[in-house]
Amino acid sequence: MLYREAGQFKTSYAADQQIFPILQDRVGIAVIAAIALGVLPLVATEYLTTTILIPFLVMSIAAIGLNILTGYAGQLSLGTGGFMATGAFAAYKLSTAFPDLNIVFVFLGSGVITAFVGVLFGIPSLRIKGFYLAVATLAAQFFLLWLFNKVPWFTNYSSSGVISAPPRAIFGDIMVTGSSAHYTAKYLFLLVFVGFLALAAKNLTRCHLGRAWMAIRDMDIAAEIIGIKPLQTKLSAFAISSFYCGIAGAAWAFIYTGSVEPLAFSIEISFKVLFMVIIGGLGSILGSFLGAGFMVLLPVILTNAPHILGLNIPVDMISHLEYMIFGALIIFFLIVEPHGLARLWQIGKEKLRLWPFPY
Amino acid sequence: MIFKKLALAAVGATLAASALSVAPAQAQENGQFVPGLVYRTGPYAPGGIPWADGFADYVSLLNARDGGINGVPLVYEECDTAYNNDKGVECYEKLKGKGPTGGASVQPLSTGITYALMDRVRADKIPMITSGYGRADASDGAVFEWIFTAPVTYWAGADAIVQHIEAQEKSLKGKKIALVYHDSAFGKEPIKTLQALAEKDGFKLDLFPVPHPGLEQKATWLKIGRQLKPDWVIMWGWGVMNSTAIKEAAAVGFPMNKFVGVWWSGSEVDVRPAGMDAKGYLAAQFHGAGANYKVHEDILKNLYEKGKGASDRDKVGDILYNRGLISAVLMAEGIRTAMTKYGNKPMTGEQIRWGLENLKLDDAALDKLGLKGLMAPLQLSCKDHEGGGKVMIQQWSGAAWTPVSDWITPRRDGFLTEMYKESAAQYAKEKNITPRTCN
Repeated sequence: MLYREAGQFKTSYAADQQIFPILQDRVGIAVIAAIALGVLPLVATEYLTTTILIPFLVMSIAAIGLNILTGYAGQLSLGTGGFMATGAFAAYKLSTAFPDLNIVFVFLGSGVITAFVGVLFGIPSLRIKGFYLAVATLAAQFFLLWLFNKVPWFTNYSSSGVISAPPRAIFGDIMVTGSSAHYTAKYLFLLVFVGFLALAAKNLTRCHLGRAWMAIRDMDIAAEIIGIKPLQTKLSAFAISSFYCGIAGAAWAFIYTGSVEPLAFSIEISFKVLFMVIIGGLGSILGSFLGAGFMVLLPVILTNAPHILGLNIPVDMISHLEYMIFGALIIFFLIVEPHGLARLWQIGKEKLRLWPFPY
Repeated sequence: MIFKKLALAAVGATLAASALSVAPAQAQENGQFVPGLVYRTGPYAPGGIPWADGFADYVSLLNARDGGINGVPLVYEECDTAYNNDKGVECYEKLKGKGPTGGASVQPLSTGITYALMDRVRADKIPMITSGYGRADASDGAVFEWIFTAPVTYWAGADAIVQHIEAQEKSLKGKKIALVYHDSAFGKEPIKTLQALAEKDGFKLDLFPVPHPGLEQKATWLKIGRQLKPDWVIMWGWGVMNSTAIKEAAAVGFPMNKFVGVWWSGSEVDVRPAGMDAKGYLAAQFHGAGANYKVHEDILKNLYEKGKGASDRDKVGDILYNRGLISAVLMAEGIRTAMTKYGNKPMTGEQIRWGLENLKLDDAALDKLGLKGLMAPLQLSCKDHEGGGKVMIQQWSGAAWTPVSDWITPRRDGFLTEMYKESAAQYAKEKNITPRTCN
């Protein structure tokens, strides 16, 4: 009933090929965009914005990046943290070397640099597959962090090895990084960035490149036989995935925390992003957002829940409970729906289509 | 069937709720809110728990014995950071606005979280006290208006350790000193100072980074013990890295009385796991050990005898417990000083900053607080956020920490202060901060 597309006729190719072919979806997206752009900046408190919304958006970019590589192109990667670190340090070097460069170009530039690094570490993927590739990308994770820790040039010879985001403005004097930046400005800037990146990713996966990725993922030999070049296809997946991860790393350092040391992008981040992709749904842009939301929001809700309920639990107990409940929920969701939250939503949509008269 | 399940669930929930909700947190509207960024979980919890207990006990003591500070009760709330930077930021954002005047001061007990909060405290006007950790150049109060490094910084600690070595060796010329450090922002802090001293005093410095968390140090210590054979080893470690290093040092036969740790490598939890191997190991401290001070008497009498202590009774007086206690003292005395100017009501962050900048803890003041001998006298100012704290070297006897040196005054004038200024100026340039003028 709610999702019935009966009566929605498509009279042009453009209408047939649009991202959201169903009217209800378009309305839903418009409502979400309106809330995110219009309502949240007005009502969200500083706590909500800086500790939930901003990390959620940053991790969404990283999850989209890994989803392109792992979900669409089928190349398992554990180097996400290393690529994010590359993005953060590239952005830092770019913005300190060229103080007048607009922050948008700093972010894009750091993405491009990370893309090159990603291609470099993607080369082994032509010869090794599956779990073995995961181990090879692990090398990227450890090598890159070691490099940023070891070579003081990357941190502008800071004695502690910590980089901190210089204050930068967009459109004249609206600060979006640094301490004087208002949290709403940071949030809106990041939101627009995420919007464009998500749209680009969605379209990439629908064009010939995305189809080539999926062909390689599903059966690489068959893909090669029908004329898809594995070299270009796999390396383009690595490049574009790293581009996204690089921007995520730059946003993490510049907008979210404001200062990072290489240790912040440890292997735990790589696993966290991988879990986001798996829980959200492999091969789904929506899934990247759902997964990021799950992994970012749930721990915060779990730590604050006892307080909201008025229970007086010692903080260490809360932390332990958080780990236990969070772990249990991950297992629960994976048992209920191994294809992730995106698949759950899809099933829900099909149910809604028949509701209230299932047959 | 469904009813049965529901009933069971209800019974379970009631049981759980009654077990957990002993008393909901009393919200005192007119108290001074004190945020506690602690870590009682995570990889560094063994060090975080005693610190948090010491801090909590001192706050409880002020409330139980004196009814707060000048009649204003302290409302203390903890948030667990697990030594994780993101969680630290989340905790800070959660707690900073509570109470009638917001958080009094933050003490994150983590160099990483300190860095992450540095910009935020400036924007929110909340003082951050980083006693014996964090960014050393933050001692320059002209640039770092909101950060206090009292009583000592890592750079001062490194200098004091070298002074102690010099006193033992008579001359440092031609000596070999190795630095074994946690490969992070924390561990890298002393390098610059030690390099400057190596150049000045003519000793040779070798650096040995240990990757987090520090369980794998065999190669490091084989190189130190068999090849390099340094005269002294200095360690900048935290958590499990410390006891591992002590065990590995013993395994290669490095003499413990030539092995000096920084204060984060010198607590009971670091030496006890190494057993008798650790006997003779040295550590730099900026406060005393043990529970033989007046303040501990008060804590035991007012809290532990009434069953209100945060820790176990026999843990009172541990190194890290005392450090937490001193951290709470600095905050409390900052508030008390601020009240002399602004009146006896909850203070805002800005007022507390004034209090801290005018804080003077001389011998008489320390005696009054029951802290005489536990820490060295301090005096802070607008310009100097470190306050002239001192360092002593303690030795592990196998059962307790005993001082083996007097209070060592780090060489600040003409050396460290200059380095603070230079480094702070660079930070100010990077961040577009105009240093304020202190008169």
